Amino acid sequence: MLYAAVAARSFRRFSTYRTATLAGIFTNSVFGVIYSYAYLALWHQRPDAGGYDATDAVTYVWIGQALLMTVALWGGGTTDDLAERIRTGDVAIDLYRPVGLIGWYLAGDLGRAAYHVLTRGVVPTVLGLLLFQIALPADAAAALGFVVSLVLAVVTSFAIRFLVACSAFWLLDQTGVRMLSGVLAIFMSGMTLPLVIFPEPLRSIALALPWASYLQTPADIWLGQRTGFGILTGLAVQALWIGVLLALCQVVLDAATRKVVVQGG
Amino acid sequence: MTLIDVHDLTRTFVVRKRTNGLARTRTEVRAVHDLSFIVETGEMVGYIGPNGAGKSTTIKMLTGILVPTAGHLRVAGLEPSRQRTELARRIGVVFGQRTTLWWDLPLRDSFELLQKIYRVEPARHRRNLEEYVELLDLGDLLDTPVRQLSLGQRMRGDITAALLHDPEILYLDEPTIGLDVVSKGRLREFLRTLNAERGTTLMLTTHDLQDIEALCDRVIVIDHGTAVFDGPLEGLHRRGESRRTLVVDLVDEAPPIEVAGAETHRVDGPRQWLSFPAGESAAPIVSAVAATYAVADLSIQEPDIEDVIREIYAGA
Amino acid sequence: MAETSTRLAGVRQAPREYVWIARMWVRSSLAYPTSFWILTVSSALITLLDFVGLALMFHTVPALGGFSLQEIALLYGASGIGIGVADLVIGSVEQIGAYVRTGGLDSMLTRPVPLLVQVCADRFAIRRLGRISQAVVVFVYGAWWVDWTPAKVGLAVLMLVSACLIFFSLFVTFSCIQFWTLDSTEFANAFTYGGNTMTQYPMTIFPREVLKGLTFLLPIAFVNWYPCLYLLDRPDPFGMPSWFAVLSPLVAVLTVAVAGLAWRTGVRHYTSTGS
Repeated sequence: MLYAAVAARSFRRFSTYRTATLAGIFTNSVFGVIYSYAYLALWHQRPDAGGYDATDAVTYVWIGQALLMTVALWGGGTTDDLAERIRTGDVAIDLYRPVGLIGWYLAGDLGRAAYHVLTRGVVPTVLGLLLFQIALPADAAAALGFVVSLVLAVVTSFAIRFLVACSAFWLLDQTGVRMLSGVLAIFMSGMTLPLVIFPEPLRSIALALPWASYLQTPADIWLGQRTGFGILTGLAVQALWIGVLLALCQVVLDAATRKVVVQGG
Repeated sequence: MTLIDVHDLTRTFVVRKRTNGLARTRTEVRAVHDLSFIVETGEMVGYIGPNGAGKSTTIKMLTGILVPTAGHLRVAGLEPSRQRTELARRIGVVFGQRTTLWWDLPLRDSFELLQKIYRVEPARHRRNLEEYVELLDLGDLLDTPVRQLSLGQRMRGDITAALLHDPEILYLDEPTIGLDVVSKGRLREFLRTLNAERGTTLMLTTHDLQDIEALCDRVIVIDHGTAVFDGPLEGLHRRGESRRTLVVDLVDEAPPIEVAGAETHRVDGPRQWLSFPAGESAAPIVSAVAATYAVADLSIQEPDIEDVIREIYAGA
Repeated sequence: MAETSTRLAGVRQAPREYVWIARMWVRSSLAYPTSFWILTVSSALITLLDFVGLALMFHTVPALGGFSLQEIALLYGASGIGIGVADLVIGSVEQIGAYVRTGGLDSMLTRPVPLLVQVCADRFAIRRLGRISQAVVVFVYGAWWVDWTPAKVGLAVLMLVSACLIFFSLFVTFSCIQFWTLDSTEFANAFTYGGNTMTQYPMTIFPREVLKGLTFLLPIAFVNWYPCLYLLDRPDPFGMPSWFAVLSPLVAVLTVAVAGLAWRTGVRHYTSTGS
């Protein structure tokens, strides 16, 4: 199938950046260690903050580091290619192709995410396991739920990054918007601090937004904070946001296509 | 006065290739070896050779970007890699395939920054800038960001940038690549004028042999890291044993012309092609032919320099 | 020797040359105002949200590692000023791999300006002032609660200067690996931004081994921890000598020397092997 091929090729492409991956794993691990100690200190003072215990908190740190590249929390992924093609004008060719642009880049991004989860996801997590007390998913439901949630997180992130890349159609390039989006994502996903620690009403608002999908939801499934029916509602909210965001992507893309065709990019 | 003094210059690279799995081979590649030549002030030297011959490596060593492995190298009396910043004030470099200008800034800003960096006196800078802007037709482009310029325009900008501080030597690495015919012609004329009026020494690496024909009194041919020819352009023809062709249009058809010093290699109706060595004059042959045959018209074809070079590479 | 005197003269000229290049980049970024303002706002937002995160932690607990919010603000601010200034002045050295790859480094080598100056001044981004401003505000907040004496003021100044120099050295030293392996931009991050993140917290959250590492191996504890213990009138929780508080300037000088060595080695490697 075409999209599978695109994903596979993307996987292969990212796997050539060997040194970058090693450097990245190192950095992820260093930050994992730092935040683990910081959270341990916090949970030492308040052993049940946000409904987590100390082990949950440290696990959360390492899940966060694992997901950082996989979900492309800071931005990046195949949408950067898109933004570049928009900037150079090459995207005009893509718009005339019969293959859906969104599907094309999504398939590529999933391939990339697969590579990142296997390298910069798994390796730091194993390291965290060796250095600290980490909780593992309690049962098959939790594990499976986590995997599904992770995939949904990647798709959600992709949709937002796609919209960010499309800003290049109107602005000179996506750099500024990309940074803004990354900053927002880091904070609103729970990377800076778990959303469950946020005081109300910030907590409820944050949990309802799409960024909660990136980290908080998958982590809560892993940690057993969401069980049984809770897992399904979590996944459902993620799916809902995906629907909304992908529809928005199509709308924006149509507007951009009109602009390119009429103005010549 | 000797400006560039190269003697037994050698540069080897270590190339590590990964063979299957974890094994690695280590080969030493001699990019340049035992290269020797001298360039005097005011010369226009063409530096040509096939891809991978060592041209870029030589230029990098001359400009101080690369350290030689062995040998003697002095430019303007300075050692390029050790006295890089001092030498930089006296040379200008134009890379054909990338720009040294600041991408996002208008040309004017790049020039202004260069004036400061090279410590050019404001009056001199103004004068130079005016002159080059006019000669290279940059007037309308000064406020355009470099990223919006076409290749030819950028090249002209790069050349101006390289000349603003009145360098003694100008190195040009593939300067006409990608330019259209008109631009190439204009650039060549500019460089000729530059050399004639300011005495700037020019060293030009190129694949375009028309550049050589148009600009260089002297050619150094480099192949496999060493010079296989170093001398005037005419010498190149002689060395390549190339031949000129006299095309004779006779009034009537005739059997192949026989005349001393030339060989008739083609006959087509009344037209015959006679070839003779490139170093020789056509005059005696023309007289001999005209004395014996009824000639309607004559013309002379010069040897294709491509063929000449190919001969030299093949012979080396 | 002629060579040394030329080099010394070159060093003296370096700040002027840096300013010329940097000014040009500021002018260039102002030419695209929309882009400039979006990037400036994002930068300000990153640093703001970073501190909000810390503040939210203190919404949950009164003290972290035995230190109050005001005390941590002093640590956070000092470290932030250090990395902020370093990032502003030499931030582009992080991208040195890109210059090697595109040949930009070769172009720089043909100009009569020291290479490090050119690399650091390239893409000078005035928006990085955002981080410094935020760090200053937080530091002032923390400083408000300190019992100041003339000695402490002197030490604080030395601490901030040393912090800048130490981070400067971290940036340069760990970016130099890119002369050997182009892809490894993120490697430096672990030490620069990682170092900053580590020193935002009191060292008491780390076990003793980590502190020893950050004192004797990678001496970033001297960025703010040891001097701040003196400023905050707190005995060293790990029992380290109290005179460590005044060692920061010495550490700064040592790290700058190491950075200089790393840079020269890197450049020599580049000019000896080409790209």
